[in-house]
Amino acid sequence: MASLINALPGSAAQGLIWGILAIGVYITYKVLDYADLTVDGSLATGGAVAVMCIIGGMNPYLAMVMAFGAGMLAGLATGLFHTVFGIPPILSGILTQLGLYSVNMRILGKSNQAVSVDQYGLIVSLRYIQEACITAGICCLVITFVLYWFFGTELGAAVRATGCNQNMARAQGINTSSQKVLGLVISNGLVGVSGALYAQYQGSADVNMGRGAIVIGLAAVIIGEVVFGKIFHNFALRMLAAVIGAIIYFIVIAIVLQLGLSTNDLKLFSALIVALFLAIPHLKGRYFASAGRKGGSAGA
Amino acid sequence: MQVLKIQNVYKTFNPGTINEKKALNGINLVLDEGDFVTVIGGNGAGKSTMLNMIAGVYPVDQGQILIDEANVTKLPEHKRAKYLGRVFQDPMTGTAADMNIEENLAIAARRGKRRFLGWGITGKERESYQEKLKALDLGLETRMTSKVGLLSGGQRQALTLLMASLESPKLLLLDEHTAALDPKTAKKVLDLTEEIVGKDHLTTLMITHNMKDAIRLGNRLIMMHEGRIIYDVSGEEKKGLKVADLLAKFEEASGGEFSNDRMMLS
Repeated sequence: MASLINALPGSAAQGLIWGILAIGVYITYKVLDYADLTVDGSLATGGAVAVMCIIGGMNPYLAMVMAFGAGMLAGLATGLFHTVFGIPPILSGILTQLGLYSVNMRILGKSNQAVSVDQYGLIVSLRYIQEACITAGICCLVITFVLYWFFGTELGAAVRATGCNQNMARAQGINTSSQKVLGLVISNGLVGVSGALYAQYQGSADVNMGRGAIVIGLAAVIIGEVVFGKIFHNFALRMLAAVIGAIIYFIVIAIVLQLGLSTNDLKLFSALIVALFLAIPHLKGRYFASAGRKGGSAGA
Repeated sequence: MQVLKIQNVYKTFNPGTINEKKALNGINLVLDEGDFVTVIGGNGAGKSTMLNMIAGVYPVDQGQILIDEANVTKLPEHKRAKYLGRVFQDPMTGTAADMNIEENLAIAARRGKRRFLGWGITGKERESYQEKLKALDLGLETRMTSKVGLLSGGQRQALTLLMASLESPKLLLLDEHTAALDPKTAKKVLDLTEEIVGKDHLTTLMITHNMKDAIRLGNRLIMMHEGRIIYDVSGEEKKGLKVADLLAKFEEASGGEFSNDRMMLS
């Protein structure tokens, strides 16, 4: 029990860092209605770019901006695959993600590159968990605030309309292709930032650090929605719900690890959690539909 | 002033396959400013295809489309939108369900304009939308921040109609916009259509399956069959039409097949 409590601050810090990714996934999955698998690649790209920039002597904050830009480029690639070449959304993301593996190897030069908090002025580190929580928390709040403003602008409204009803959007003069690309660019830029923070937090960028990231992102979004969907109606709060969802996810992971789950089984566990939460609304709908039918036949 | 000019437009869907369908077979149509044209014809006559070609949903195989004397034949759908107001048969199509009423109106108000980082909706706009919604007399003015998905089909069609006419379009395209509604709601939406079209003298192309409406509304009526316009009547001659006259025309064009069409029922 004591070790679980000791693990909680770390879970919170991880949750807040991955919360930025969760906000990115929220934009594609919820706002744009686009299941974007680029995330697995762009997270590692963000981490790789940030670590190499920092090692090269760049200011870590500037390195974050570079990671944001690298993530945006990844989103742009997926967006163009989909809108210009007509490749289905999921496949577009998979193609970018696969290609990014090689890109990330090129950036890192090897599969894993360490960056020491003693040598460089990193923004976050698991050595200083409390500070990491505060920094990542501020990042989440600032990003939420900026996105809340953006989605209230004419351009942001056009992105939302595209995600909601493409026929309506086009009939109102909105270029739905460019709105989708824009959404993907913003989303993956944020995922890059998340990867940059995560690499610094764990002290290294790894070419495999993004494996399964989309599942964690979806888990965060869905947990946030299930827990807060009824009480959070404001758009900004809904994004923050995804961040809290990420924290809950990492706390749950800490608990099951304490209960003796092997770390090798974690990905299976994550996949099952997400499958379960995705299934709930569907099964609920089916249950109520069949209950309704039964009621109907009994009446007749 | 010609608001719409369709020149010799052809469209075949799934060419060279077993599902090949010649939807438009050399359509020619000119609409003058202020024309209110009703379009009738059986299923598969090409009415919706014609409207979709005007709106740019599909590219034409052959021919030209000019709106407001500009050649739009090669323009994509979203670029033609600045000329057009559109209301669809399915009430779900014309509005964004997850966005609220005022946001939908604000998006429509920016049709054909550059969208950048200005506010998506301003306080001044809200006031003007409230007034316009009040004029619909559906109680929507008190629900401006409700999600459109919560509205009934009739309310959504009325809202779509308001959105389509918000920035007086050069041409209003109505694709059987009352067909999915119950008779009472359909009448209400149709009355509203008359009011809106009349007030701004909008040039309008309206598809309908109801022949009485087709005769009663507008100054001109066209009948389509197998991708062609087979009958085009306006002015006094149109006013004097009877449903029986139109049925006879259909019989003549189709060799009797229309007697089973759902048009008989309306």
